[in-house]
Amino acid sequence: MTLTIIILYLCLVVAIGSLSHRLFRGTGEDYFLASRSLGSFLLLMSLFGTNMTAFAILGASGEAYHEGIGVFGLMASSSALIIPLVFFFIGTRVWALGKRLGLLTQVQYFRQRWGSDALGLALFIILIALLIPYLLIGVSGGGITLHQITKGQVPEWVGGLLVCSVVMIYVCYGGLRGTAWANAFQTVVFVTLGGTAFFFILQQHGGLLAAMKAVSASNPDLLIRGDHIKPLKLLTYTCIPLSVGMFPHMFMHWLTARRAETFRVPLKLYPIFIAAVWVPSVTLGVIGRLDFPDLHGPAANSILVRLIDLHAPEVLAGLLAAGVFAAVMSSLDSQVLSIGTMFTQDIVRHYGFREQMSERHQILYGRFFVCAVLVVTYVLSLTTDRSIFKLGVWSFTGFAALFPLVVAALFWRRSTKYGAAASLATVVCLWTYFFQLGWATPGHTVGGAGIMPVAVILAGSTLAMIIGSLLTRPPDESVIRRFFPQP
Amino acid sequence: MNKSVSRGLLYCILLLLYLFHNDLWLWYDARLVAGLPVGFVYHILFCFAAATMLTLLVTYAWPEHLAVDEDDEEAP
Repeated sequence: MTLTIIILYLCLVVAIGSLSHRLFRGTGEDYFLASRSLGSFLLLMSLFGTNMTAFAILGASGEAYHEGIGVFGLMASSSALIIPLVFFFIGTRVWALGKRLGLLTQVQYFRQRWGSDALGLALFIILIALLIPYLLIGVSGGGITLHQITKGQVPEWVGGLLVCSVVMIYVCYGGLRGTAWANAFQTVVFVTLGGTAFFFILQQHGGLLAAMKAVSASNPDLLIRGDHIKPLKLLTYTCIPLSVGMFPHMFMHWLTARRAETFRVPLKLYPIFIAAVWVPSVTLGVIGRLDFPDLHGPAANSILVRLIDLHAPEVLAGLLAAGVFAAVMSSLDSQVLSIGTMFTQDIVRHYGFREQMSERHQILYGRFFVCAVLVVTYVLSLTTDRSIFKLGVWSFTGFAALFPLVVAALFWRRSTKYGAAASLATVVCLWTYFFQLGWATPGHTVGGAGIMPVAVILAGSTLAMIIGSLLTRPPDESVIRRFFPQP
Repeated sequence: MNKSVSRGLLYCILLLLYLFHNDLWLWYDARLVAGLPVGFVYHILFCFAAATMLTLLVTYAWPEHLAVDEDDEEAP
């Protein structure tokens, strides 16, 4: 029964994504950016659905299982402020530039802004490398969900294969519009079903107060930050949500807005949506200790699915599992499409066709790369470590550390390609250094004081950008006029 | 109040809100409020404060100069 519901759900997602093809205009801009025509509702749903991954749904509840309620302040409430602020200050400006200059990708923007092919290529490689672990989060999340919810009858590799296949069909067929439609549907599904799971499981524990009192008796340390989270960690963790400023898939979604005003509603509602998803996720992670007291390490990432399996009747369990699938796929689709777009526009079109590429070829290559990226991701997911949370934080750290690039490009006329290159090189060196330390010692903080490595890398890349730019020749006046037109 | 003053004021409130994210005074407080630990409730309320802040920014500090006329667009 559970499996039937999930398969029906997946068919529905494919149908919705494919239905959008009726509006397809046959151009590259339409395939990759839905002709920059999305309204507020679709923009909100696709921005939110894209950003809420298996990391939020599975990883956060797993982390709350170990660390307690402090996880909410660490990741959710900081994101509720920082992410919409990035949309407000960066997203709206990127949209305006993209519309005026006809930009399709992030790399295009940076390459033109600083007039350097080499810089664009380096950035392309770094962005792809950082996105791969993020993609793996989605595919692994799908596998874990199906494996748990079917009590081990369906192996994890089948779940991952299902997720990849469904995403491949509707992204290839519907492009960005199909992705946005499917995202909107899936965001409604996972928010609604997440809320349902929350109330149902709480009811089984005698209500919220009774459940929390039981946790207080058995694991009182989960109800406070205490020694789980150091104050400096809470402070410096606010750097992590800056990663949205450099995600290629968020950049792509910003460009799809119909006009600047389209951002107004998503900006106001985004913090509420964050709370709506993370409150159930963190609460259930903490309560999970009552039913499953002995999960170690990454095994806790499946706590939500275990709770659903234990408490919900079969039909509801199937629906709730579909909700987790929804969260997983609504991120994976945009990430895959953004990589496909980058390969097509930044490599094939720029180097292979010298920007002279027919609309038909752009779409063809876009579809090919979407398929190729999904195949590679799936194969990698079969062989890599499954610690979803661990993978996610390092991916986010890298993107957040690149944030000074977009700030300098948009707001600092004096910034130069050498400053940007110095900033990139600093990120690569420091990220590699801290990654080695963090991978060997999970939870590693700088000097053991709670300072997240992202804060140090961010400071280093900012400094490199400033020094590198000030020591080199200012950019040409023509470039400044193009990117900073007088109002 | 002119636009730059209201914008400046909003940015000050924004900084204050960011600082209030660090609720050190609730670090070891396990009291339950409305069925949830007080530190958790604080951060849920913080999300609503963030939504209010964004509403104020959108209303009073919107970057009007970003509107793009069709004439301004360059060929890709």
